Amino acid sequence: MPDGVQQTGLKTDRRLTLLEAAIKKHQYRKDALLEILHIAQELYGYLDKDLLTHISKLLRLPPSHVYGVATFYNLFKLKKPGAHVVTVCMGTACYVKGAEEIVSAIERDFNVKRGGTTPDGKLSLFVTRCIGACAMAPNTIVDGETIGKATPDEVLKKIRAVVGVEKVEAR
Amino acid sequence: MSKTVELTIDGKKVAAKEGDNILKVARENNIYIPALCYLEGVSSLGGCRVCVVEIRGSPKVFASCVTPVAEGMEVITDSERLRRYRKWAIELLLAERPHVCSVCVANGNCELQQLATELGVDHLRVDRKWTNYELDLTHERFAYDPNRCILCTRCIRVCDEVEGVHAIDLMLRGKNSKVIFDLDDKWGFAESCTSCGKCSAVCPVGALYVKGKPLSEVKKKELVSFVMSRRSEKTIG
Repeated sequence: MPDGVQQTGLKTDRRLTLLEAAIKKHQYRKDALLEILHIAQELYGYLDKDLLTHISKLLRLPPSHVYGVATFYNLFKLKKPGAHVVTVCMGTACYVKGAEEIVSAIERDFNVKRGGTTPDGKLSLFVTRCIGACAMAPNTIVDGETIGKATPDEVLKKIRAVVGVEKVEAR
Repeated sequence: MSKTVELTIDGKKVAAKEGDNILKVARENNIYIPALCYLEGVSSLGGCRVCVVEIRGSPKVFASCVTPVAEGMEVITDSERLRRYRKWAIELLLAERPHVCSVCVANGNCELQQLATELGVDHLRVDRKWTNYELDLTHERFAYDPNRCILCTRCIRVCDEVEGVHAIDLMLRGKNSKVIFDLDDKWGFAESCTSCGKCSAVCPVGALYVKGKPLSEVKKKELVSFVMSRRSEKTIG
């Protein structure tokens, strides 16, 4: 870490070491911000305020600027996502083919709002615009696995299976 | 020494420095073009689209604050079409957030209100959106009401380019955009803010204001011209 940079509330661990190494590799360049945010999200899974503050201090960028960039892009998550992530495509084709019903069904069954996470931190529900698989509409991505041409019931079954597996593993 | 170009604005021949924008040149020659997000002394944004003008030979309209002058250019600053576009721009700004003049500190000293009156906006042709952002009263001297903000980003530019702090920025995008301090912190807890007050001085509406005083007492315009004159002195020197 360069001189004059205050330590923030971040815990010093392997992830932080890797992040700082990446920043160093980019020579602390301000224009590498987007790249650094990507790396930080890959390492931590999401970008919390401590992390963003730390990045802004290392790159010597105003915190408001870093926060503005991080919130501008949908891909960056500012809150900790759940153990399982369900993303429903709400692009035009999927919307026409009934994506809204899928989202509503998940919201109702798992008590989670779109863009939010269940209170127990098990499941996050996101909606996105067109994943580029319109022929398979409506599309849902459950933990990285795409389910095409799905009815709400099929999606719910799949999510229950995935979330349920976690419960068994936890014991 | 930069080159000088000649152009006509509303039929009047004017000389201008190459690279200057049309709006600046027009104002220097006492030709009025309405504008909202433009602020002399800081960079132009071209966001409000109130300062649109026509240029002979092109079917398009141009935001005069971001269009540089060119030799032989013929600019038209007022026409039926331009007035229609400007009116729409103001109407959409008014509809975007709950702008209720009767309960606003800026009532009577508001550039948005002034332009709406000038352009004859007496009703809205689109539905109003009632945002419900929290009022930020945590700062000792200033207050911030996001519900009155028109996202002109004058405060952001003045904080970055004049004060040199960049404590303010925009978060999210589109209709969800919001002016924030540091990491969307409460103003009173935003560490990088120097409490200089320039943002509240340049705010065209009542979003950023000095606590406990109606804007009529703050003499906003004088403060702005003072700040900006110091700025231009610095640039020249």
